[in-house]
Amino acid sequence: MIDMTVVELSRWQFAATAMYHFIFVPLTIGLSVMMAIMESTYVMTGREVWRKATLFWGTLFGVNFAMGVATGIVMEFQFGMNWSYYSHYVGDVFGAPLAIEGLMAFFLEATFIGLFFFGWDRLSKVGHLVVTWLVALGANFSALWILIANGWMQNPVGAKFNPDTMRMEVTDFVAVIFNQVAQAKFVHTVSAGYLCGAVFIFAISSLFLLQQRHVELAKRSMVVAASFGLASALSVVVLGDESGYVATEHQKMKIAAIEASYHTEPAPAPWTVIAIPGPDGGAPSFSIQVPWMGGLITTRSLTQELPGIEELVGRAEDRIREGMVAYDTLQEIRTNPDNAAARARFEEVWPDLGYGLLLKKYRDDVGNATDEEIRMAAEDTVPDVWPLFWTFRIMMGLGFFFIAFFALWFYRASRGWLTTNRPLLWLGFAVLPLPWVAIESGWFIAEFGRQPWVVEGVLPTFYAASGLHFWDLVISLSFFVTLYSILFVIMIMLMVKIIKAGPQDKLFAAEADDQDFVIAALPVTPATKELGS
Amino acid sequence: MSTIPLDYETLRLIWWVLLGVLLIGFAIMGGRDLGVGALLPFAARTDEERRVLLNLVGPTWEGNQVWLILGGGAIFAAFPPLYAVSFSGFYLAMIVILLAFILRPVGFKFRGKIKDVRWRAAWDWALFIGGVVPSLILGVAVGNVLLGAPFHLDDTMRAFYTGNFFMLLMPFALLSGLVSLGMIVTQGAAVIAGRTTGPLAERARTYGTLAGILTIALFALGGLWVALGVDGYAITSAVDGNAAINPLAKAVALTRGGWLANYSHYPWMVAAPVLGFVGLIGAVLGLLARLRLPTLLASSLGIFGIVSTAGLSLFPFLLPSSTVPESSLTLWDASSSHLTLFIMLLVTCFFLPIILAYTAWVFRVMRGTVSTQSLEKNPNAY
Repeated sequence: MIDMTVVELSRWQFAATAMYHFIFVPLTIGLSVMMAIMESTYVMTGREVWRKATLFWGTLFGVNFAMGVATGIVMEFQFGMNWSYYSHYVGDVFGAPLAIEGLMAFFLEATFIGLFFFGWDRLSKVGHLVVTWLVALGANFSALWILIANGWMQNPVGAKFNPDTMRMEVTDFVAVIFNQVAQAKFVHTVSAGYLCGAVFIFAISSLFLLQQRHVELAKRSMVVAASFGLASALSVVVLGDESGYVATEHQKMKIAAIEASYHTEPAPAPWTVIAIPGPDGGAPSFSIQVPWMGGLITTRSLTQELPGIEELVGRAEDRIREGMVAYDTLQEIRTNPDNAAARARFEEVWPDLGYGLLLKKYRDDVGNATDEEIRMAAEDTVPDVWPLFWTFRIMMGLGFFFIAFFALWFYRASRGWLTTNRPLLWLGFAVLPLPWVAIESGWFIAEFGRQPWVVEGVLPTFYAASGLHFWDLVISLSFFVTLYSILFVIMIMLMVKIIKAGPQDKLFAAEADDQDFVIAALPVTPATKELGS
Repeated sequence: MSTIPLDYETLRLIWWVLLGVLLIGFAIMGGRDLGVGALLPFAARTDEERRVLLNLVGPTWEGNQVWLILGGGAIFAAFPPLYAVSFSGFYLAMIVILLAFILRPVGFKFRGKIKDVRWRAAWDWALFIGGVVPSLILGVAVGNVLLGAPFHLDDTMRAFYTGNFFMLLMPFALLSGLVSLGMIVTQGAAVIAGRTTGPLAERARTYGTLAGILTIALFALGGLWVALGVDGYAITSAVDGNAAINPLAKAVALTRGGWLANYSHYPWMVAAPVLGFVGLIGAVLGLLARLRLPTLLASSLGIFGIVSTAGLSLFPFLLPSSTVPESSLTLWDASSSHLTLFIMLLVTCFFLPIILAYTAWVFRVMRGTVSTQSLEKNPNAY
């Protein structure tokens, strides 16, 4: 049987790696595009302040990108290391977008990022601008292919189980690419990255204005950030709604959990603003609801029903019973590959095989499961409701907050009122951590909400793990947590130092205003000369 | 899938070659940066010299490392069972490699940001670890693949690994690790000697010559060991290259020195070890003769020869199993589906030339000797 402690620790490790990686990725995506916009302005207007801005934000981008690379390689390796049965079971479908990401996007980004930093004096203005745009393009394409891969885990289209190879195989690659869940996720996630970049630039620029340093650069950066931020905040909310809408097609359970709707509501369903869990942590004992809204948001109609958790558990139970048949039929095919009758039956029932595998938690011979075990496996299809309910509301609330925030600043920027109100500037700085709260909540909802599935309806998470030992996980988990914590502290420290030092570079400004810290080439001093052995 | 214009067997062979191309690509391109990292504390003595080395590889190392990331991605996409078994089986070794790979990007980026002797020395050692550890461990891994890994598959293709971390450190595997480290240090030295001047270049020549000679000796010793002391694997049942994957459907036999069998079946394969020797000898002579570009080309040729030797000796095996040889993974029974291999081939045929073109362009833009003076001109130098 599968060691559930190892599964749990593997899940913790993957969650930690993925969420840590996703601290850096959205900022990289957002900053790369905004830097490209600023540099375009420089090339068009020829004004040095824009070049200086590109270099300054670029320095912060570089530190962040390094962390993104350091965590990204761990992400790629973790599939095989900790989720080896997953890698075998769906690698035929999942591996391709990951490899294409490398070929099409990451190679582009990683190759040109060197030229972005080192090519200033070797390329023409336009040449360097092209390089910057290519880095931004690479970052965005990267997100596209990763989200195609992830979208397939949420909505596994274009693939079929092959009983001879014991795995899912691609039948329609175009369906995998144009998977509507993947596309909705891509635009939503990329807009969130843009929003993150905009808030980052805006907040630090606000700080500069409060300190009355680098005023010209800060004001210009704020204008770009406010307009870019408003556009991204609007699209992140609109496209987020889109991703909620498509999810109802495929992940009704996730939506039901997010809405804490235990029982099917008659159409049109209300939307629950807040709710308090009942005494056993189950169905809410108190809630405030907006009539009709739920139906409108999730089904785009006033007549369609939104199934509740209890009803979905019932449906899962039916599918588990079908899954037992699929499992038994698969065994027959494995024993006798020439059994044509079994193959014909398997053709009909294979989509429920994954539901049958849910029983593996309780017994090896899935076909002999008792009614009680079937009931328990069906209950397992319910993700934890309340963490999802609240994180969703935090994410959504922040989305609307950012629309209001940037609308206000967009208005103020157009009036030239950027420096006139100090409390507002403080607010502009204080929002700095909020995009990460929203972004990490978003991933939590997407991934935690799909449990117990690693691939929705196809492969249960616990069944996907590698056969590792407890101590393997303890060693690797403590190793990652320690190293990542140290690096995170160092990175924050360096970012603070870079921000304190402010924009400066030897090429364009002869005198540096901070002698303690020099981004540019270091002069050789006696202290640095005698280094090491 | 009769609509796919290439048959399954051919596609499997093509992907085996492409996997080799990616891994050799990493050993040659990434090997430059790993080698420079391994030489960092020794070839460069002052902060100035170390900065020269970091900025020598700084503009291109990130792109070079993608060869490895793509190699991993290609194993996942083209040979998923291999990805599943090797990455989980070598779990703790992978963790050690990851440590090294985490230290590199931050090492490059963070080192120059603070002007403190201890800070910089600490990152110099981090970058040294980041250069030596992957070079060594990836070689140890190849050695273990030649020895066979202790794993088996059940009939649902779930992998069970019965070894532990210390079992990976067998003498032959360590020898492979040293061959790998040696060839990568030679490569790093060729890069340094080719693009710097003065004492830095001189020290790189000394270390590179030593590493090159040592690698030649160890590579020869490795060949002897494979002939006399290592069991080779061979498929003894009929092979159907067009069948659905099923690693359990074959019979496998072990014979001492069996890894050399391919060289008598396909005599042209002897070219690989010959290139390994010729390339490394050329690199050593090039270093001694103070040639620049030819030295690097010879060293790269040597890497190509050595890595190909391992791959060709193993053919058609990808990962033999030492405990249950029938569970061994070969390119015929551990690949992706026909359709996936074909789609991935189309994508690769489209993007690989583009990647090669822009990589060449970036190297051209960044060409030339790196010195302290050239650093002063760049606002973003490390």
